[in-house]
Amino acid sequence: MQHTGQVYRFKPYNVGRWVIWGGYALLMAVAPLLWTSSLSLTMLSQMGIAIIACLAFNMLLGQGGMLSFGHAVYSGLGSFFAMHALNLAGNGAIVLPVSLVPLVSGVFGAVFAVLLGYVTTKKAGTPFAMITLGVGELVAAMALMFPGFFGGEGGISGNRVQGQPFLGITFGPQVQLYYLIALYTFVATALMFAFTRTPLGRMLNAVRDNPERVEFVGYNTQYVRYFAFIASGFFMGIAGGLGALNFEIVTSEVVGATRSGAYLLFTFLGGAIFFFGPIIGAVLMVLALVLLSELTLAWLLYLGLIFIFMVMYAPGGISSLIMMNLRVAAFGKLRPLLASYAALAGTALTALVGMAAIIEMVYHLQLNEALGPTLKFMGATLNAKGVDAWFGACFVLAVGVAMFEFSRRQFVREWGHAQEEIEKEVKKREAAA
Amino acid sequence: MSTAPAEFALELRDVRKNFGKTEIIRGANLAVKPGERVAVIGPNGAGKSTLFNLISGRFGSTSGDILLHGQKIDGLTPYEINRRGLARSFQVSNLFNRLSVFENLRCAVLWSLGYKYSFWRFLADAKDANERAEEVMEMIKLHKRRDVLAMNLTYAEQRALEIGLTIAGGAQVILLDEPTAGMSRSETARFVNLIREVTVSKTLLTVEHDMGVVFGLADKIAVLVYGEVIAFDTPEKVRANERVKEAYLGSVLAESQAAGAGH
Repeated sequence: MQHTGQVYRFKPYNVGRWVIWGGYALLMAVAPLLWTSSLSLTMLSQMGIAIIACLAFNMLLGQGGMLSFGHAVYSGLGSFFAMHALNLAGNGAIVLPVSLVPLVSGVFGAVFAVLLGYVTTKKAGTPFAMITLGVGELVAAMALMFPGFFGGEGGISGNRVQGQPFLGITFGPQVQLYYLIALYTFVATALMFAFTRTPLGRMLNAVRDNPERVEFVGYNTQYVRYFAFIASGFFMGIAGGLGALNFEIVTSEVVGATRSGAYLLFTFLGGAIFFFGPIIGAVLMVLALVLLSELTLAWLLYLGLIFIFMVMYAPGGISSLIMMNLRVAAFGKLRPLLASYAALAGTALTALVGMAAIIEMVYHLQLNEALGPTLKFMGATLNAKGVDAWFGACFVLAVGVAMFEFSRRQFVREWGHAQEEIEKEVKKREAAA
Repeated sequence: MSTAPAEFALELRDVRKNFGKTEIIRGANLAVKPGERVAVIGPNGAGKSTLFNLISGRFGSTSGDILLHGQKIDGLTPYEINRRGLARSFQVSNLFNRLSVFENLRCAVLWSLGYKYSFWRFLADAKDANERAEEVMEMIKLHKRRDVLAMNLTYAEQRALEIGLTIAGGAQVILLDEPTAGMSRSETARFVNLIREVTVSKTLLTVEHDMGVVFGLADKIAVLVYGEVIAFDTPEKVRANERVKEAYLGSVLAESQAAGAGH
């Protein structure tokens, strides 16, 4: 009787899963048709690469509870090996189609994860984070010490257009490379998702939750961490190889701490709890690195503010915000919260405008003083040396923060109320079942 | 590897453990036959939990031998000991908090069914592991809470899952560290039945404070006082043992005899 229950258990997930994966593939396929400019094509390519990297990073952070401060080592070394492989293939020294270069870098990413990861994964928790930081610094320093391999300050470059075109594909036009990246991104995403459904993937979750107990059900936690680390290194290497093909130049900064920090920051922003969180994070990463940095000189500062804000108020990242609201919506309790959301957004925006005015004035005074004290800010002209502008900005900021806090408290009450009702509903359904 | 089955499922020979200069276990001796249910009792600080930690490999012993089915296991890691057929539970529930009841149990059966570190097959296709997890879930009566995260279970449910994780892998020797701690009377009674059911034909050692549970469950009682096993015998003989009365049981025993002649 227990078995019949299992066989006929309704699994709506399976339908949903086809829809989601189909939509994901479709979106990647049609994206270059929707956003046709060369800038957007470049950004889409970078997003694909970042998606692989952030998902691979999250194999450690979200699924294994391992906080790595030096994961750019594996994508970065992958990039260098990809570039050397590309150049060797260009010389005719080895036979290697350009489309397979990312696989080579993936293998090298995994090889370095085998070598360096053995030490790294001996420990969990804070020691693990410290060792990754140390290894990261070590490799970054080495990248400048061996100019023969790493190309020193200038890095190494190559040409992805080589050999005979295959079915007219030369990878010269960006759009051709985009589709190669999209293909890798889709397959890598599917493989990493599949990984979460395997015995090793599940034991990795167990190690995250309670490494001690894992030892008492027969598993060596170090091996679980180590094997996951190698898998992650493989996908980081693929991302690195695609990056090398995309930019056709690799400099030592690809193994650096800044890059590692970006993976961490955006994976966290997207959300480490849910599998799809890092995908959102990766898209945000490219938007921030390409667009936000164009918009303002102080973009890193804004990024830092957003990060702090998320850590404090939504530690599950954007994906968990989405999932929590979907749950509320599924129980039909979202509508009453909409007014609160509008209030939150409005007040947050007000505070942000005030804050941004102050930041921009400070930056203007520091960097552009030669251009005079006035600057354009959101259509208005501010005098960075005048009392009015500062008073105004501070006033807007203060009002915004106060009102935000007020509406936040209101929201927390309403949210708690909605959650209570949902709990009751769940209990009722359980009792009925 | 010996061909004849070992006479004892678990044997301790003069096991000692020092923490710094303090000797916590001072030459413990114990020999448990296969299929016996043993309650380990003793006053607070006698070293009961430490003894379990030594046997299960959580701590290394300072000297002496620990044998599982006749083979030395002291100095091995917890997972090596587990693979040789010894599983333990914890006094404070030690679960995979962000995994569901079902996933918790599946994690506990994977190694014993040979899945090791495999990433080339899906859990959904691991029929034996899924069936075993469902089976254990029925045994510990949590099948209605299948998809609830371990951290969202009630206290009693967490204690049941703690036992589920311990027995799921099919180990022949089971150590339960205060399985009924913090439970109400009625829950305790239900739990004793549960423990009896899930440990049929297994060797069981349990640390227990509730004398009702001890006399209800155990074939033999080991009395641990100041790091030594001062008595190891059937409940009746331990009850009558002068040394035990003197050292520890006196008051507790009189109380339980007066209160629960029904046991």
